[in-house]
Amino acid sequence: MNKATSMNLKINGNIKSFDDSSMTVEGLVMKLNLLGKRIAIEKNGMIISKSEFQNITLQDGDQLEIVGAVGGG
Amino acid sequence: MTQKKDQLMIAGKAYQSRLLVGTGKYKDFEQTRLAIDASGAEIVTFAIRRTNIGQNEGEPSLLDFVPPDRFTYLPNTAGCYSADDAVRTLRLARELLDGHKLVKLEVLGDPKTLYPNVIETLKAAEVLIKEGFDVMVYTSDDPIVAKELENIGCCAIMPLASLIGSGMGILNPWNLQIIIEQAKVPVIVDAGVGTASDAAIAMELGCEGVLMNTAIANANDPLMMAGAMKKAIEAGREAYLAGRMAKKLYSASPSSPSQGLIS
Repeated sequence: MNKATSMNLKINGNIKSFDDSSMTVEGLVMKLNLLGKRIAIEKNGMIISKSEFQNITLQDGDQLEIVGAVGGG
Repeated sequence: MTQKKDQLMIAGKAYQSRLLVGTGKYKDFEQTRLAIDASGAEIVTFAIRRTNIGQNEGEPSLLDFVPPDRFTYLPNTAGCYSADDAVRTLRLARELLDGHKLVKLEVLGDPKTLYPNVIETLKAAEVLIKEGFDVMVYTSDDPIVAKELENIGCCAIMPLASLIGSGMGILNPWNLQIIIEQAKVPVIVDAGVGTASDAAIAMELGCEGVLMNTAIANANDPLMMAGAMKKAIEAGREAYLAGRMAKKLYSASPSSPSQGLIS
């Protein structure tokens, strides 16, 4: 795999490879079929607001937490 | 004959129902929703977890079944064992829910008993309140800790009746009574309620509400139990407001007249 045209992201604790060298958070959300879902994203420990999804570009090695609401008491 | 409505006030908002419910341990989202409806609850709590990556596009999510126009969301920090994790989780929840402020803080101290860690809870509460959250706080039934949490600015104090998921009922009504007596914010029993009479007793003690999950979800018939809890909370509240008769070992005054007996 050519390093310049792919990147690895750690998403929810698992490494995932993408065939893009540059991708916005919105692009990732689309790739993961999460568009329009109620989620919140943390990148390298910082929360990214939804309004910033299209402006923030991901980089190789970024760590992401993507969370949602689940049943609980 | 305008009677003042008896409402539960939390962080400036009025609620008709004094039963708050969790969303865990149900068979599916459909049953979750039906149980919430049967309970009459208006405040619904849920956890924040990593999203399932690689899910199908049409996969339903819990919040689709609990519409925000009908229910007040109460994201919680269930599963957090440190103040940092709890604060981080609720910041994510606020982002997830577009700036939503009302949260349930719970910091656990022991995975076996799920007993709360009040030291971490106090730390987290302080940070969250500074950040503008309205914090309903799960805690032990220690009156001093309850008072501290209120002084920090928590909008509801939620002591356990007994351990989470135990269904053991109210183990220390005396402590609860002290907490209720001293509190100026609502005291809501959270955790340990097993059946309807437990909920009624909590309300008769003067609690402003009860939060439960397992007692409904793990009943043989969750929907029927949800209805039973609704009635128990209402009955307990009315009994509290009505003011019970004094207890005495025996009474020299019978309920029926002592005159006019046949002889």
